[in-house]
Amino acid sequence: MVATSPVPDDNRLGRLARFLSVGDTAFAIEFGTGIDPVLNARVHRAAARILEAALPGITETVPSFRSLLVHYDPLVTSAAVLQQAMEGLDLGEAVVSAPERVWVIPTLYGGTAGPDLEEVARATGLAPEEVVARHAGTLYRVYVQGFLPGFAYLGVLPPELELPRLATPRVRVPPGSVAIAQRMTGVYPVESPGGWRLIGNTPLRFFDHAAAPPTLFAPGDGVRFRPAAAGEHAAIAEAVARGDYRPEQEAGR
Amino acid sequence: MSARLLVTQPGPQTTVQDLGRTGAQAYGVPVCGALDGVALRLANALAGNEPNAAALECRLIGPSFTVEGGPVRLAIAGAEAAIEVTREGETRSYPAWRAIDVPEGASVRIGALRGSGAAVLAVAGGIDVPAVLGSRATDLKGGFGGLDGRALKAGDRVAVVAGTPAGPCLELPRPPSLAFDGVLRVVLGPQDDSFTEEGLAAFLGTAYRVSREADRMGIRLDGAPLAFRAGADITSDGIATGAIQVPGSGLPIVLLADHQTVGGYAKIATVISADLPRAGRLLPGAELRFKAVGVGEAEEARRALEREVVSLIASLTPVRAAAEIDLAALYAANLISGVVTACDPE
Repeated sequence: MVATSPVPDDNRLGRLARFLSVGDTAFAIEFGTGIDPVLNARVHRAAARILEAALPGITETVPSFRSLLVHYDPLVTSAAVLQQAMEGLDLGEAVVSAPERVWVIPTLYGGTAGPDLEEVARATGLAPEEVVARHAGTLYRVYVQGFLPGFAYLGVLPPELELPRLATPRVRVPPGSVAIAQRMTGVYPVESPGGWRLIGNTPLRFFDHAAAPPTLFAPGDGVRFRPAAAGEHAAIAEAVARGDYRPEQEAGR
Repeated sequence: MSARLLVTQPGPQTTVQDLGRTGAQAYGVPVCGALDGVALRLANALAGNEPNAAALECRLIGPSFTVEGGPVRLAIAGAEAAIEVTREGETRSYPAWRAIDVPEGASVRIGALRGSGAAVLAVAGGIDVPAVLGSRATDLKGGFGGLDGRALKAGDRVAVVAGTPAGPCLELPRPPSLAFDGVLRVVLGPQDDSFTEEGLAAFLGTAYRVSREADRMGIRLDGAPLAFRAGADITSDGIATGAIQVPGSGLPIVLLADHQTVGGYAKIATVISADLPRAGRLLPGAELRFKAVGVGEAEEARRALEREVVSLIASLTPVRAAAEIDLAALYAANLISGVVTACDPE
């Protein structure tokens, strides 16, 4: 052991997070509250460290914005045993680096593809083109995957686009809908009920249960939306249906 | 050629389920799987299968189907039900909690379930559908797993894994009681601190009723609304099966097998895993109270349930001839004519 850190305990999981009870088959490791890239980086780092530690009885972990849900089998282990083993895990310095890859999502904005664009423009006091320019002009990061297979919470939105969720969620949101709510944007990968505001549509597919991993995105990826005209949207939709569309990437860093 | 079930009446929601799809929740893939995991294991044991073999979960009313391509061995667990087997105009009725050999060409009708809203019909060999991300469970929302990611419909041919079951039909001599004592045990948290003292007191001190909004994702409860300190919204975090989330209405929702992987409502408590099969059986109108226990006690309750399941499976015995006679008398009123012997090797 070559412990050279001046304050060696500072990056230990037990110092950075607290354990919360989630029944007898899971517990949460909570690093704080709110949406923050440093907290999120710690969550993903903790997931990686716990995977490496290969503690018996852990069935899977689910990272979210500021906490990691650890699922375990109480017939093999217990929350107390696992938490004791995890407290000392060294999470290192939380580093938020530029994404290694950046996906580019061609998006048809407004019209029937984005039925809430006009209302978003009204509510924000921006012209619809300005809403599109701001939404498409921001580099987002994949904070969390979840809610639906292939859904990713992408953040953060420019503050001038922040709006609450719809008061009455839609019963059916079409697949590919590009949506915003509060500080997040995302794409509904399949038809689903939903309360986010729909500003556009992309023909891309984000989930393939036969692929490994099954999602296009990985946590920490960068994502940028690119305005596409109706003709290009239709052409990409056909290519996706044929199975010969390769999603665009920008060079990451 | 292996046997198939040609579905003539699918029932309200019959889906292919196993013990669930773990390991992909980080990708947003819910666990799914049987609402009553104990029923799945017992049905599979009765049919001579591995515990995780794919079976049919029936809600409220079971399906009707014709057996094609070879005989099958069936067993229902998790609810009381009459299983009517008709062959060449002769109908015979069998109860749950035992295996039944059904010859090729016979039709099977499973009536209304009693004692639970979610029974499991296992077929010896298991339902033959491809595994997706390590499981054969149906993900209704994602549209994959099971039979094309959906519930059964009339005209479906459900394939059964080939192989002839060996040995006599088994029965469970003392089926577990389905009576609900009205209590679900919970561990408080992870966001119990989002609620006022009065809110927590109402949650643990008053009765709730299962509303009509109850499905595989969760059951919405009617009763005293729970007061928040600040509000229902939290920064979205991971959800465990059994989590009790409370949206702005203040009325709790117990999340079941098909729940989403992350969510943004405060979760006041989590139903302990030993009580999840009971939660899965609940029907609209059922009254219940929540009782708080510690994590250690909940883990011990789960181990106790496991010992009980293991001992139930160890207690399986060949169907007694006496039981056949009793049944013939019991169901005589239902007989059109004659008797199809349960375990004929035909």
